Amino acid sequence: MERTALRGRLTWLEAEVVQLVQETARVKTIVFRVPGWTGHLPGQHVDIRLTAEDGYQAQRSYSIANANNNEHVALTVEAVENGEVSPYLVDELVAGDRIELRGPIGGYFVWEPSLGGPLQLIAGGSGLVPLMAMIRSQMSYASPVRTNLVASARSWEELIYRDELEKLSRERDDFDVVYTLTRSQPHGWNGYGRRIDKDLLAASTFAVEEAPLIFVCGPTGFVETAAAIMLELGHQPGGIKTERFGPSGG
Amino acid sequence: MNSDTHLDGNSIGSLLQDLFGREMTDQRACCDACGAINPLATARVYVDAPGHVVRCAICGTVVLVAVTVPTGVRISFQALRWVELAP
Ligand SMILES: Cc1cc2nc3c(=O)[nH]c(=O)nc-3n(C[C@H](O)[C@H](O)[C@H](O)COP(=O)(O)OP(=O)(O)OC[C@H]3O[C@@H](n4cnc5c(N)ncnc54)[C@H](O)[C@@H]3O)c2cc1C
Ligand SMILES: [Zn+2]
Repeated sequence: MERTALRGRLTWLEAEVVQLVQETARVKTIVFRVPGWTGHLPGQHVDIRLTAEDGYQAQRSYSIANANNNEHVALTVEAVENGEVSPYLVDELVAGDRIELRGPIGGYFVWEPSLGGPLQLIAGGSGLVPLMAMIRSQMSYASPVRTNLVASARSWEELIYRDELEKLSRERDDFDVVYTLTRSQPHGWNGYGRRIDKDLLAASTFAVEEAPLIFVCGPTGFVETAAAIMLELGHQPGGIKTERFGPSGG
Repeated sequence: MNSDTHLDGNSIGSLLQDLFGREMTDQRACCDACGAINPLATARVYVDAPGHVVRCAICGTVVLVAVTVPTGVRISFQALRWVELAP
């Protein structure tokens, strides 16, 4: 996508649901076809707008999960308990439904080829979504930059994209993933089983000498913790980009 | 002002784009209270229906407030010394 596509006003587009994928018990990927979509960069998000019959509107941000692909925009949404918008998207939408969406939004929390690598990604919960777009984009390039992901989830069952991540880490030398499961671990688990801390990130991320480009995304508390640790480990503030999704589901 | 509930400037990307007619989250802004210069994406954003309160990530001073009123969205510039528009 051209840099110039980041200019100009955003208009609401009609998006049609073309596919639904159950990722975990509470999370679905919703693939939309969006006529008029101008393409996107990994890391960008969209605004979704729902309008009730009485005219009441609710608007929320959702990261784009897929690499740029014509008119297709994939969102991965976690149904937040008692949420106004997310349970509707996850539980009610069916193929053929139409909703309003605008984007792509964002120029800071994005990866572009000019930024180079290596790429250090740190994800908490659904914060994995925009980072997955970066991974998927990298893996589609002829010369990807080395990419390392630290993914924190409550349990193996609640880890989104786990089959795809497993497959990529098996098949690619240029991609590594480290998991930490904070609430419960499968029998015989030999990965991490605690919240991220300095030892964990020091042992499982690129060293300061490699000058990685660092993207951290997830619940606000997770992002604050991870970013502070990466600074403490000696990474440059300008090399750490963060995106906060809001309160944690717990 | 619970530190676990605020968002950051990425979340107001579309609002800033409405305001400036271009992507703004990677543009630098200067806080008038403490002089810190950082990309707008790094500001703290508190969603306080019916609006957004944007605070300097360094000193916490309110730099921008956006409130939805019946006639539209009203944006009030507070401690924002300058915003840069890189070409
Ligand atoms: C830039 C950006 C990108 C985002 N990308 C994604 C994404 O890819 N996938 C995704 O699932 N979400 C994403 N979010 C979060 C999303 O925008 C909504 O905040 C979330 O779906 C909750 O909306 P809701 O209307 O269902 O809940 P609300 O009605 O807004 O809130 C209901 C209750 O849930 C709590 N709550 C609010 N947000 C969250 C949250 N994120 N986690 C847990 N509890 C919460 C609230 O405190 C409240 O008690 C993103 C947020 C931002 C700012
Ligand atoms: Zn300040």
